[in-house]
Amino acid sequence: MSSKPEYDLFDHNTAAIIYGYQQNAIQRMLDFDYACKRDLPSVAAIVNPTGGGNHQGFWGSDIINIPIYKQLKDAVTHHPDADILINFASRRSAYQVTIEAISFPSIRTISIIAEGIPEHRTKEIIARAKQNEKMIIGPATVGGIKAGAFKIGDTGGTLDNLIESKLHRPGHVAYLSKSGGMSNELSNIIARNTDGVYEGIALGGDRFPGSSYLDHFKRYEANPDVKMMVMLGEVGGRAEYEIVEALKNGTITKPLVAWCMGTSSEQFSTGVQFGHAGAKAHSDFETARAKNKALKEVGAIVPESFNDLDRKIKETYQSLLQQGKLEPAQDVEPLLVPMDYNQAVAQGLIRKKPNFTSTIVDDRGEELLYCGVPISEVFEEDYGLGGVLGLLWFKMKLPEWAAKFLEMVVLITADHGPAVSGAHNTIVTTRAGKDLVSSLVSGLLTIGPRFGGAVQGAAEIFTEYFYQDQTPKYMVNDMKVKKKNIQGIGHRIKSVTNPDMRVKIMKEYALKHFPVTETLDFALEVEKITTTKRDNLILNVDGCIGALCCDMLRGIGYTHEQVRNFVNLGGLNALFVLGRTVGLLAHIIDQKRIGQGLYRHPWDDILYMLPEHPDNQNN
Amino acid sequence: MAQRPIREYAAKMMLARNWRDYFPSSLTFPAKFVPVSPESDLKLLSDQYEWLSTEPLVVKPDMVIGKRGKHGLVLLNQDWKGAKKWLEEKRGQEITINNLSGALNHFLIEPFVEIDKEYYLSFSSTDEGTDILFSDRGGVDIEDLLEKGEVAKLTIGILDDIDTIDLENILFSNVELEYRNKLTNLVKSFYKYYLDLHYAFLEINPFVLKENAFIPLDFKCRLDDAADFEAASKWGEIVYPPEFGAKLTPEEEYIKNLDEKSGSSLKFTILNPEGKIWTMVAGGGASVVYTDTIADLGFVDEIANYGEYSGNPSTDETYQYAKTILDLMTRRKNPDGEAKYLIIGGGIANFTDVAKTFTGIIKALEDYRDKLTETPVKIYVRRGGPNYQQGLNQMKQLGQNIGLPIKVFGPETHMTEIVRMALSEQGA
Repeated sequence: MSSKPEYDLFDHNTAAIIYGYQQNAIQRMLDFDYACKRDLPSVAAIVNPTGGGNHQGFWGSDIINIPIYKQLKDAVTHHPDADILINFASRRSAYQVTIEAISFPSIRTISIIAEGIPEHRTKEIIARAKQNEKMIIGPATVGGIKAGAFKIGDTGGTLDNLIESKLHRPGHVAYLSKSGGMSNELSNIIARNTDGVYEGIALGGDRFPGSSYLDHFKRYEANPDVKMMVMLGEVGGRAEYEIVEALKNGTITKPLVAWCMGTSSEQFSTGVQFGHAGAKAHSDFETARAKNKALKEVGAIVPESFNDLDRKIKETYQSLLQQGKLEPAQDVEPLLVPMDYNQAVAQGLIRKKPNFTSTIVDDRGEELLYCGVPISEVFEEDYGLGGVLGLLWFKMKLPEWAAKFLEMVVLITADHGPAVSGAHNTIVTTRAGKDLVSSLVSGLLTIGPRFGGAVQGAAEIFTEYFYQDQTPKYMVNDMKVKKKNIQGIGHRIKSVTNPDMRVKIMKEYALKHFPVTETLDFALEVEKITTTKRDNLILNVDGCIGALCCDMLRGIGYTHEQVRNFVNLGGLNALFVLGRTVGLLAHIIDQKRIGQGLYRHPWDDILYMLPEHPDNQNN
Repeated sequence: MAQRPIREYAAKMMLARNWRDYFPSSLTFPAKFVPVSPESDLKLLSDQYEWLSTEPLVVKPDMVIGKRGKHGLVLLNQDWKGAKKWLEEKRGQEITINNLSGALNHFLIEPFVEIDKEYYLSFSSTDEGTDILFSDRGGVDIEDLLEKGEVAKLTIGILDDIDTIDLENILFSNVELEYRNKLTNLVKSFYKYYLDLHYAFLEINPFVLKENAFIPLDFKCRLDDAADFEAASKWGEIVYPPEFGAKLTPEEEYIKNLDEKSGSSLKFTILNPEGKIWTMVAGGGASVVYTDTIADLGFVDEIANYGEYSGNPSTDETYQYAKTILDLMTRRKNPDGEAKYLIIGGGIANFTDVAKTFTGIIKALEDYRDKLTETPVKIYVRRGGPNYQQGLNQMKQLGQNIGLPIKVFGPETHMTEIVRMALSEQGA
């Protein structure tokens, strides 16, 4: 336990537990601590009901780990020196968290950030806190700050503002405000007109605040380092009259500059509800004007208007100085806290070449963009699967005939039964109990020169000869000389007289809709030659897709060279992989659904043909 | 989040729904009442509720209007025919109470009750706990009762247990013995009901005890709407009636809807649409201070609006908010040809991103560029907080780019100084 005097809630060693994983607020606290040259960070632990582990925060340029607990009691047990709980729980759970916190002897102060806690609950919190001698700051507050020592959560905003308002080292002026936003403004006003803030607390805008002006002014009265006080009250409620009483009976003797805002409220005919829940006068007594008057009568220094508040603060400070009642605080250089990368980028202070470049999709804005087209437009304009492939693969809005063709390819290549290599592998893997992705991938991995790769292979061969103005006849002969099969030609069963319906459908579609069919025409010439040799050496489905893909690309404006480039980067394999993925997934689902067990290949289907044991081999 | 009044009908329905859970079985609550809304068809009501045709009736507006009796708005001891005639006459009628005008549109019909003894009972929340006020001379205003010293008062501390308090002697020492026990049970039950259902205020004046029946003749109450998440199932569906006489303009209604949908705060009230000084201020506290300062400098009659935005609203929210104000202030030129003033003010934000909120305001200013020039409008900006340099620079740029007179200040200038600057141009 720290040895600070009773009147101090915070000092240079104060440690807090943060309830709620408020990463920005936590980092701002750490930055403040670092700039103030604290020995240790003020955030001892974090409570996050949905996760444990550690929070990595910056301490200057270094990274520190702050433990995260799921339960408040664990955080309290492990960090008995932390005597403040900063409660960021929502208005729904702030009550339970606070009541629990009150029960721990090591917690001395609780700051409640949430706005909109039910009034009965807040009143119970206040009563229990009083019973257990705990200080409550809030609810509905940003918190408070002790200059050069400790700040609650977001109080004071960003570091540049904290330093501009000289909050990194103590001055001699303590202030209280209901409003959190105005508390930050008060820090600024005080920094510009005196030697700076000693401490400032925002009591919160609720009807029932957890601590009152008087609770804190009594502490400041007792604290010899506080030389003057500032109070920003407001219309509504009676709390300011406690201060009137305290000034009258001598509980407060230090100079107090006070202003209650909301003086204009009674000048409007309709009852305007000002910013805070408590800010409405229910009687003349509760008006800001009456409060200002009462405060002035008992010796508070009250300006004519908020606009003169700065002047009154300055005068009061100057007079203390002249009376020799205070020694102005020395300016201290804060430790330099490195700027956050994101902030530096936003301000255009730094630059860096990115490690990644993407030219097709952008997910950063209001809407996902596919090649510049918002996702909503993709649906409004009915892009369909083919249209999206066009945007993502070819970076263009495809004409309808081309988009439809791509969809046909996907439909036609979707599956070819369980016996082919890809499906077989997928089925065996699925039956071995592997997960969906592993099963899928084991099937996809078979796609290559012998299985499924013919689309790619056919396109390569056809374009190689055709684009170099070679004749079909030359090609057939050349392939024969090189002893290579022509990929895309030949079928196990289908023949000239028994055509493959898939090829027929695509051919007819292309001849009807494609502006260019040059590769198909070439392939059909090749077929004419090969089928004279054998009836089943027809242009097969892979060959047809390969040839037509090249023609489609020509049709949407590709040059021969661009088509070759696309083919060479494996683009046509992509179409087969896409289509067949549908089928492979279907086999996985099918196998799992019917609950097939582990597959073991039967011995009698394997030819075991081992040599003799080497020792027995005759030499 | 605030204390909000509900209709007498809603309060009585709520009581009826929860009666068994809170009140002893020795007491009954004969929940006999019929609401009349603008949609109600009077002809159908008497079929739906047979007792309307057989019992003498009381009819009164149910619109959170105080002192209805004094304003001649309570019809007593009439049959259905008379009640219907009275309703036909009053429905839609424009009345004025305390300078506020509004049309009568919600009513409550109840059986007329012969009174021999009427009681006053109220609960209200204070810093210390709950004040219970009781009188056996109910039926007149509490102020009058207090003046005559005919009210017994008891404060129950927040952590006190009402069952350990001697209510009989504190509250009911004047009451005839036979009623004391009944009243003690009633008040204890009501106290628990009041707390559990998160009432902030509840006044029954008067109520009558007829044998075992508790009959409240008038019910006035406010709920703490922040307790929605705890009490909604006990409340049932609650519609908060508008304040009597309060008529929101379409613009106020629009911002109210925006506010209700947002996690941030967006408030807007028109005070004087012909006013020359419009404000668009960030923060519940700062907005009040700006309004005060304009009034302090003698321009209260020129204050066009009160409003505030806070809690880190999105760019789009500030855009919609700013557009609403700009549209209103540029609808009419000043008759004398003088400029109007727009104060885009605020303190130093703790966590609201100034650049982000200003982006929305700037977009709105760009949209209204021509109208702002025509009106004409002069703009003063003062703000601090996260990314304020960026936000202020964007404002300055905007002034140059679209040729609007925009003066821009940061934390180095006293928060309300821009008000003085603008008004001194006005010859203050």
